[in-house]
Amino acid sequence: MDNTEVYIGPEPHIEVHKYYGGVVPAVVVLALVLQAFFPVRWSGYLELPLLVTLYFALSKRNPSSGLVLGMVVGLLQDSLSRTPLGLYGIAKTLVGYVGSSIGARLDVEHPLARFILTIGFYLFHHAVFTLTSHLLLAHQNETYVTAPILIASVVNAFIAIGLFPLLDRFRRPS
Amino acid sequence: MIAIPSRHKSLTLLAAVVVAQVLLLAVQIKRAGQVRLIRVWAVELISPVQRASSWVVYNFEHGWGNYVSLRNTRQDNQALRSELDRLKVRNAELEGRAHEADRLAGILSFRQAHRDVPMVAARVIGGSPDSGSLVVNIDRGSHDGIRRDMGVITPDGVVGKILAAYPDISQVLLLGDKESGVGALLADTRTQGVVRGSGKPDLTMDYVSNEVKVSAGEAVLTSGQDRIFPKDLPVATVAETAADRKGSFMKIRLTPAAHLDRLEEVLVLLTRQDLDVK
Repeated sequence: MDNTEVYIGPEPHIEVHKYYGGVVPAVVVLALVLQAFFPVRWSGYLELPLLVTLYFALSKRNPSSGLVLGMVVGLLQDSLSRTPLGLYGIAKTLVGYVGSSIGARLDVEHPLARFILTIGFYLFHHAVFTLTSHLLLAHQNETYVTAPILIASVVNAFIAIGLFPLLDRFRRPS
Repeated sequence: MIAIPSRHKSLTLLAAVVVAQVLLLAVQIKRAGQVRLIRVWAVELISPVQRASSWVVYNFEHGWGNYVSLRNTRQDNQALRSELDRLKVRNAELEGRAHEADRLAGILSFRQAHRDVPMVAARVIGGSPDSGSLVVNIDRGSHDGIRRDMGVITPDGVVGKILAAYPDISQVLLLGDKESGVGALLADTRTQGVVRGSGKPDLTMDYVSNEVKVSAGEAVLTSGQDRIFPKDLPVATVAETAADRKGSFMKIRLTPAAHLDRLEEVLVLLTRQDLDVK
């Protein structure tokens, strides 16, 4: 007789990878600072806060914490830039949620997976940002896909495959 | 143990976070006219509800008001119709009284003009059930001094004579009755004759010679020869004359001076004293 207990309850807290205390906030702050000090002509092709959000979302594999982290990173980025609060926040919130959901289902440790996911999420992030600008800010000059956007997505993907293993070192051994 | 993960909590959290940031943006963003986006959204969100509720309230108020007003209008209409009917009846009554007052005034005036002649006013209360005779009943009788063969007049002229006197009522034989007659004369020629009733509205004057010149419209007055009426009371006017080829008297048709078909108040002469007819 198969005694199978069916558990019906809140979503199990699946945190596969844990990090040392303070790593997440420190990395977030560092990413924002570096993004701000990066040369302007190159800053359009670099999106460190997005990469950080994506990395932790894929690693933690918890949609709730992923979206909260994305919200925080996005709002901080808004506060440090000229964009209204919430513009980057909405985009990164969605990135955190979707990234966590995907991280719970796919193997995201492989560099090729991270490369492709980074391109996809960069374009997704830009699309959400553009849509929000269109709807709320009435900025009709924003475009969804252009050559610079595609180039930037590839650039960030290359950066991700170098950055993500570096951040893997701060994982707490299980 | 098989865990069944629930995605509702994370989705709910996602929705809440996104909505919160959208509202945050709406507070910061200003549209044309320096109006914050959140104010624009609030107005656009509330205005359809306001319009809908206003429409409902407006139609309810007016519908209810129309219903109430209409109901009140019906009631008012019914009340006004009833009032109108009542006023019509009252008006008819008052008109009748006014006419009666005029008649009584005429009688009073006649009586005052002939203050020395004893007479009593009476009201016609009914007619005779016999359709062949022109008899009316008056509300004065022997208790008021009325006797048989007393003359009955109105200010317009001769009406008839008392046929029978009972204690409280009397019967009056009208001038138009076939059995009635009064001694009369033509006012212009003073030719005497007898005015008789025919049972019809018109009267006839007999015993007037064919040689007498009689013209239409000539007045016919009482002669006093019948010992009932004083002299020179109006009896009728000549309506038509025709010479009788077979006899020596002309045929004269008369129109009564008094309105024999509309009698309501009359005067009964208690004496044969001559009236100073004016």
